[in-house]
Amino acid sequence: MDRRHFLRGLATAACSAAAHPWLTTVTLAGSDGSAVLGDNRLVVVILRGAMDGLDLCRPTADPMLARLRPTLADGGLPLGQGFALHPQLAALMPLWQARELAFVQATSTPYRDKRSHFDGQDILEAGTGLDLPDAAIRDGWLNRMLRALPGLTAQTAYAVGRDAMPILAGPAPSATWSPEVQLDLSAQSRLLLDHIYHDDDLFRQAAANALSLTANPAPNSGTTAKGALAGIDRLVDFAASRLHQDTRIATFSLTGWDSHRNQPSALRGPLSQLERVILRLRDQLAPPIWGKTLLLAMTEFGRTVAENGSRGTDHGTGGAMVLAGGALKGGRILGQWPGLDEAALYARCDLMPTSDVRDWAAWAMRGLFGLDRSLLETTVFPGLTLSPDPGLLR
Amino acid sequence: MPDPVIAAFRFGFGLPLPDAAPTSPQTMLAALSGPDSQLLAHPGPTTAQIFPLMAAATAAQKARRQAPPDQQPAATAAYRAALAPINALALGAAKGAFARALDAPDGFRERLALFWADHFTTRARARDQAALPAALMDEAIRPHLTGRFADLLSAAILHPAMLAYLDQGASMGPNSRAGQRRGRGLNENLARELLELHTLGVGAGYDQTDVRELAKALTGLIIGPAGQDFSAARAEPGAEVVLGTRYDGPALAPIRAVLHDLAVHPQTARHIAQKLAVHFVSDSPDADLVAALEQAFLTTQGDLMAVYGALLHHPAAWRPQAAKVRQPFEFMVAALRALGVSGLDVMQMTDRHFRRRLHNPLRAMGQPWQQAPGPDGWPEAPDRWITPPHLAARILWAMQAATIWNHTPDPQALLTRALGPRASPALVWAVPRAETTAQARGLVLASAEFNRR
Repeated sequence: MDRRHFLRGLATAACSAAAHPWLTTVTLAGSDGSAVLGDNRLVVVILRGAMDGLDLCRPTADPMLARLRPTLADGGLPLGQGFALHPQLAALMPLWQARELAFVQATSTPYRDKRSHFDGQDILEAGTGLDLPDAAIRDGWLNRMLRALPGLTAQTAYAVGRDAMPILAGPAPSATWSPEVQLDLSAQSRLLLDHIYHDDDLFRQAAANALSLTANPAPNSGTTAKGALAGIDRLVDFAASRLHQDTRIATFSLTGWDSHRNQPSALRGPLSQLERVILRLRDQLAPPIWGKTLLLAMTEFGRTVAENGSRGTDHGTGGAMVLAGGALKGGRILGQWPGLDEAALYARCDLMPTSDVRDWAAWAMRGLFGLDRSLLETTVFPGLTLSPDPGLLR
Repeated sequence: MPDPVIAAFRFGFGLPLPDAAPTSPQTMLAALSGPDSQLLAHPGPTTAQIFPLMAAATAAQKARRQAPPDQQPAATAAYRAALAPINALALGAAKGAFARALDAPDGFRERLALFWADHFTTRARARDQAALPAALMDEAIRPHLTGRFADLLSAAILHPAMLAYLDQGASMGPNSRAGQRRGRGLNENLARELLELHTLGVGAGYDQTDVRELAKALTGLIIGPAGQDFSAARAEPGAEVVLGTRYDGPALAPIRAVLHDLAVHPQTARHIAQKLAVHFVSDSPDADLVAALEQAFLTTQGDLMAVYGALLHHPAAWRPQAAKVRQPFEFMVAALRALGVSGLDVMQMTDRHFRRRLHNPLRAMGQPWQQAPGPDGWPEAPDRWITPPHLAARILWAMQAATIWNHTPDPQALLTRALGPRASPALVWAVPRAETTAQARGLVLASAEFNRR
């Protein structure tokens, strides 16, 4: 095989961030994650900044809501079970009606009381069981899941976008790419880069992938959006292009949820981005793959039940989680609703968590990939005891 | 005679060597024994400067929380104004870090400063802490990196940047007056990292009891209004036993004693020896090289000059294979030096230019400034840095830098200046075939041989 042919072959066969030289042979031999994980896809979205679950999925039947949030609870699209969807998210209602959308209410990580984004996200992504970051665990729960399954390749799991994704960090190889990376190089420069990296395996592999991923704009990148939403489209389109191939797990973040002031305005951008992610992913994956896909959007903690003096909310405890996908048995509000009476609140100001975020993620992985209960309870989420099966999947 | 090109790449920021740069073990050690010229040339923020600003920012934040809705805009503006001088100090220190590395005649000292700042990683966990990591560098790392490890350890652990980063302020003796009154207890974060990362190393013969006992021994250590302080009300009463030794006494005395014992522990010697060899030479260093460093540490009770001497005098440290890659900050400094950019040039950049040309590209390459992902610092393995998006960012920046800083217009001259004998035949072939001289210069900086050390 001559070298040009080799590079081309690699570009089409892998497009991965194969970090270790030996992975190349595996990749070129055509092995992929599907043999181990099967055909289902998991997309994990980290909502950074503490998403206000009581605003997204409003407990309108609870009389305390309007009293505690006099300016933040108007309107909403009825979901049944006493809840209403944030009025800005009307475009998601068809998914709700198709049972491809669900919300978990009153859920949280084990993190309590200190209310730091930094620690909260650490705990969310490490998947640990203490109410403090566990210094002994430095990898992410998705990485521990991958590590427990032999035979996976780097492109089985993809971190997409510019933000570091500690949820996927760790010894198990995984791939990373940001569709925002533009290598605006002439054809000649690309050829010369191929040439100068030829004798260094590490640089040759990484450059071949980078050059192929930037040579043609991401597939299906016919976005008509502008600004932040165009970036969301590129991100989702890239993730979808991987999920169409060997990738089974994709993860990325959406930021900007920290709505201390003028929340309706502060959340306008983040909510439209979340909506766009879900709708665009459905469109880009198209029925055969969307039907095998589950998206989980989770955040480090919820926000105070009462609005503050500046039409915002502050750092709280219990929050919400968003589930979407053709594989989901949706159209439901999941979780046990604790109520908003003062006696029912955590520390008299927060929604009381009645479930552990990790429990839902564990059931999602068990359902999608058939993982053993003991693997989930000891390796992926050490110390977690799974609740009864919530039956997340169709 | 060790190869000066190896000295430049492995222990400094590569070629061209600064005027009068030391390149032999003897002269490198002699230069290290001298004064820290760059600390004086580009002074950074101090705890004494930062703490009054932090107090003002905290007050402004509190005022904003309590302000009625109609006064929110003014209160927010006041809070931003209070943060501005802190951000200015932090940004100035980031410029200064580049300037020091660019101007230093003695690249080894700069590389050691980066190594130890990483060993004692901190990051700002709140906006008002933005300048603290820079203060730790100047007050704890640089003054002690040629002294005894015990002094370096004490200075770093007791620094307010470390106490803030690893939650020491949240730790109280469960039986202390404050702990009893407030129903609060230990936060083991600092104690655990101290054993696992800063001294003995992970799994090195300590257990959870040692962690808890050490956490108890550290209680009372707090951040006060002017920096590190001690609160007797939070200190756990009685003695603690860590690794079989009993520690007791007033105020900081037992803390200093346990830090000293940990600093000279044989497991610490092994851990530091391994880490230095991995950072400078190879991810799987010669057992003999590590043993030499360990022995130097042990016999001198952690005299760091003796340890560096053992490193520089060992033949395995002078192998020609460039088994490591430059981390993004090192890569950018090396490229700027090759392009002829001086520390003064960086100090005179507008904030906007500095952010766009240096600060943001560090993030794109995977090393956002002073934001290591955890207390274990930045990864060492080359494949953690040379990933598709991060290499793309290096290539892109190399092309842009070669366009912006055009002091060496001739690509052939840059090739010789930046790589000397290290230029591969493939690169020598490729450079004259680029379409523009800027692209040709960019290829030199993007090459594997320029990114390896």
